[in-house]
Amino acid sequence: MFKTKIIIATVAALIGLGSVAQAQDHGSTPHIERQPWSFAGIFGTYDEHQLQRGFQVFREVCASCHSARLLAFRNLNEEGGPGFSEEQVKALAAEYEVADATAVDGVRPAVPADRWPSPFANDQEARDANGGALPPDFSVLAKARGVSDPFPTWAFNYFTGYQEGGPDYIHALLNGYHEEVPETAPEGFELPDGKYYNDYFPGHAIGMAPPIADGSVTYEPGEDGQTVPETLEQYSTDVAAFMMWTAEPHLAGRKQTGFVVLLFLVGFAALMWATKRKIWAGIEH
Amino acid sequence: MTVQKVGQLTDRLRAAAVDSARADDLWGAGSVKCRSTGIRTLATHTEHSSTNRRDFLYIATGAVGAVGAAAVVWPLINQLNPDASTLALATIEFDVGAIEEGQSVTITWRGLPVFVRHRTAAEIEEAKAVPLADLKDPETDEQRTKPDHEQWLVMIASCTHLGCVPVGESGDFDGWFCPCHGSHYDTAGRIRRGPAPKNLVVPPYNFVSDTLVQIG
Amino acid sequence: MSEHSTYTPNNAVEKWFDDRLPVVRFAKEHLMDFPTPKNLNYFWTFGAILVMCLGIQIVTGIILAMHYTPNVAMAFDSVEHIRRDVNGGRMIQAFHAVGASMFFVALYIHIFRGMYYGSYKAPREILWILGVLIFLLTMATAFMGYVLPWGQMSGWAAQVITNIFSYIPIVGTPLLELLRGGFTVGNPTLNRFFSLHYLLPFVIAAVVALHIWALHVPGNNNPVGVDVKSSRDTVPFHPYYTMKDLFGMVLFLIPFVWFAFFAPDILGHPDNYVMYNSQVTPSHIVPEWYFLPFYAILRAIDFNFLFINSGLLGVIFFGASILILFFLPWLDTSKVRSGNFRPMFKWFFLIFLVNFIALTYLGAAPAEGIYVILAKICTAYYFIHFLVILPVLSRIETPAPLPTSISESVLGKAHA
Repeated sequence: MFKTKIIIATVAALIGLGSVAQAQDHGSTPHIERQPWSFAGIFGTYDEHQLQRGFQVFREVCASCHSARLLAFRNLNEEGGPGFSEEQVKALAAEYEVADATAVDGVRPAVPADRWPSPFANDQEARDANGGALPPDFSVLAKARGVSDPFPTWAFNYFTGYQEGGPDYIHALLNGYHEEVPETAPEGFELPDGKYYNDYFPGHAIGMAPPIADGSVTYEPGEDGQTVPETLEQYSTDVAAFMMWTAEPHLAGRKQTGFVVLLFLVGFAALMWATKRKIWAGIEH
Repeated sequence: MTVQKVGQLTDRLRAAAVDSARADDLWGAGSVKCRSTGIRTLATHTEHSSTNRRDFLYIATGAVGAVGAAAVVWPLINQLNPDASTLALATIEFDVGAIEEGQSVTITWRGLPVFVRHRTAAEIEEAKAVPLADLKDPETDEQRTKPDHEQWLVMIASCTHLGCVPVGESGDFDGWFCPCHGSHYDTAGRIRRGPAPKNLVVPPYNFVSDTLVQIG
Repeated sequence: MSEHSTYTPNNAVEKWFDDRLPVVRFAKEHLMDFPTPKNLNYFWTFGAILVMCLGIQIVTGIILAMHYTPNVAMAFDSVEHIRRDVNGGRMIQAFHAVGASMFFVALYIHIFRGMYYGSYKAPREILWILGVLIFLLTMATAFMGYVLPWGQMSGWAAQVITNIFSYIPIVGTPLLELLRGGFTVGNPTLNRFFSLHYLLPFVIAAVVALHIWALHVPGNNNPVGVDVKSSRDTVPFHPYYTMKDLFGMVLFLIPFVWFAFFAPDILGHPDNYVMYNSQVTPSHIVPEWYFLPFYAILRAIDFNFLFINSGLLGVIFFGASILILFFLPWLDTSKVRSGNFRPMFKWFFLIFLVNFIALTYLGAAPAEGIYVILAKICTAYYFIHFLVILPVLSRIETPAPLPTSISESVLGKAHA
């Protein structure tokens, strides 16, 4: 009886505090919508085709400014990834040059074991080329961004395991520019020179010009002749999925193992409980 | 409901009585047996099957626990194995096209220095002329090269004596000479004189194309 | 517990060994035959669960140290290397990171169980004090471990927490430089934190041994809090409590693996996936959840008092909030141990628990508006509970009648 009271009182207190938090929430940033990611949930896996498209967007658009220093070419044909063949990866790597002190001229064509070459030699050079703003590295960026959910939602996240706030934010950010004239801001907002207004970027003044628009990347039709829309919405979803993969390449395997482990533990706990009861049978306690 | 309650009460009273009687026995290793002795007086006919069921439960729990423990131990050991970034360099490709005849280069494979030598016709001739009987570690020149690519000699640059790196184009047999303890190798990298017991090791390799070598 | 000595060597070899190193005798007396009250509830399994947590942290930690590089230029990437390239590295790293949180979950339950059932009271004061010491050591270890991945939260946590020491009068600044090995947090700081983070768990293990020793002198407390009167009140530790504790551990592992496999980053902060940059502070610095109550107390003090400035005062309150636990056995002088038989204490314990959860929440809330006032009220209540409520309760409360023995209470419970 007493325990029940404790639980009720605690929950009541938490809800009370939660509603205070919600009341305090500032309304300036619009709500970031959750996307139906294939890799969310306990059975989540990456969609190979989506990762390949996302990689294409990254390569043709993002990679001219953004590095991905922890991404190795070999990752592209590792299990659970975009599923390129070994030959494709080898050929792709050979198109790039990497620094190698032992090579003639200090550079050589890349091999699958090499990491993705950065577009700039160092952070300072990257800033200079981008109006003072440093384009962040893509390696773990999808996990370095997130959405802070209001009270009941963040508590539910513990039980649903929802960790896709990063890709949600990236998707929202890419769609958060004001279409007609990206340099314009809502009335009363002082937008510094060389910045762009974005609904979702913290502080709204972002250094990155709208990087991608409808039709900027041409998707090859799939083997079955299916075409994927060449829209900003599609590009942003694909590249966000790709970025989640670069940040968490072993996600699918991890979740599969986890499911087996969880099943095992539940079964084992049931056996342990039965054994414990048998041993304690006959002891008043 | 009432019947059950009465039953529970009698059980409890009996348990209390047995409790005091067996209090000391509980401490011995035979406590479990003791408890079943207590039951036996009342339930002789079910005793055997319940013991079996209990033993089965214990064995099943123990076995499942052992499987779980083994499944935990394996990743803890497997993490010691070479990781993905190391394995990615286990096989390398090298273009020998740029090496002039009579020249050699040293490349790195799995952390080891590897000699790649473009041998002259004279060197090949010299290596082929050596009778097997003269060799400490008999191997023909053909066994140490690839067919149609016999001008290429690929060897791990580590003296088979104690692991020093031999010096090229020197020694009494026009091959390699190890300055550490004076081992002489011939133009096929075979040991001819000195303390080294074996020929210089040829790593696993093959020609992917006419000039592209895949080592490992 | 020599009075319970139950070991007799079976043969000459065992006797020879026992005469020289009675380790088998010790194990039998303390791990198997140790008389344990038969009415312990599942809150008592958290001691064993904590031993398991320490074991998991030490084993996974030793493995991580095999692949980690404690250098400011490489630390961040080496942790990513573990996650990406090392065989099973993603899981081993996740178990270590999630394990820290689960450790504190178990630790807090264990502490609050001790508080509710009066496990700190005579003759268990030393047991309690050793426990508080373990809590302190675990916090220090967790804090230094959090710095090692060298993300934004790591570096800034190190910066902010070491700054606490700068408020100590006179020696503050030299002490700060001594701790950091520089004027700010840098490579020497990271290196020493790595070294100490590796060392402290073994110190914790040693104090845990003392903690268990101190437990085995008076024996376990129990939910009714009356002393063991006869062997009828107890059962041997093995198989009864070995089995119950193992079952508790397996249950505890279920949420543990849930987080490790399905949401390994949910308990952390996204900013820690950005490498530490000493020029840019993250917009919202929060410690890991298990430090939040104490962090809230630190932040709540924003006023000067006499000649003491707000910074030093905050540090004093922060330190006192943990150190006060050492004095708990002498603040609560009620002779009745278990909260079950203390009608008023029961409710004040509940309020204290809610207050503590509120402090946790406030530690994560932005320091503005209503939160500042709430944090002050909760901080005040935290200290009032220890310094006013407990001593006064001990005097004015009329406890409910206690059962004469554990056996009696067990039979009584079955009747009810």
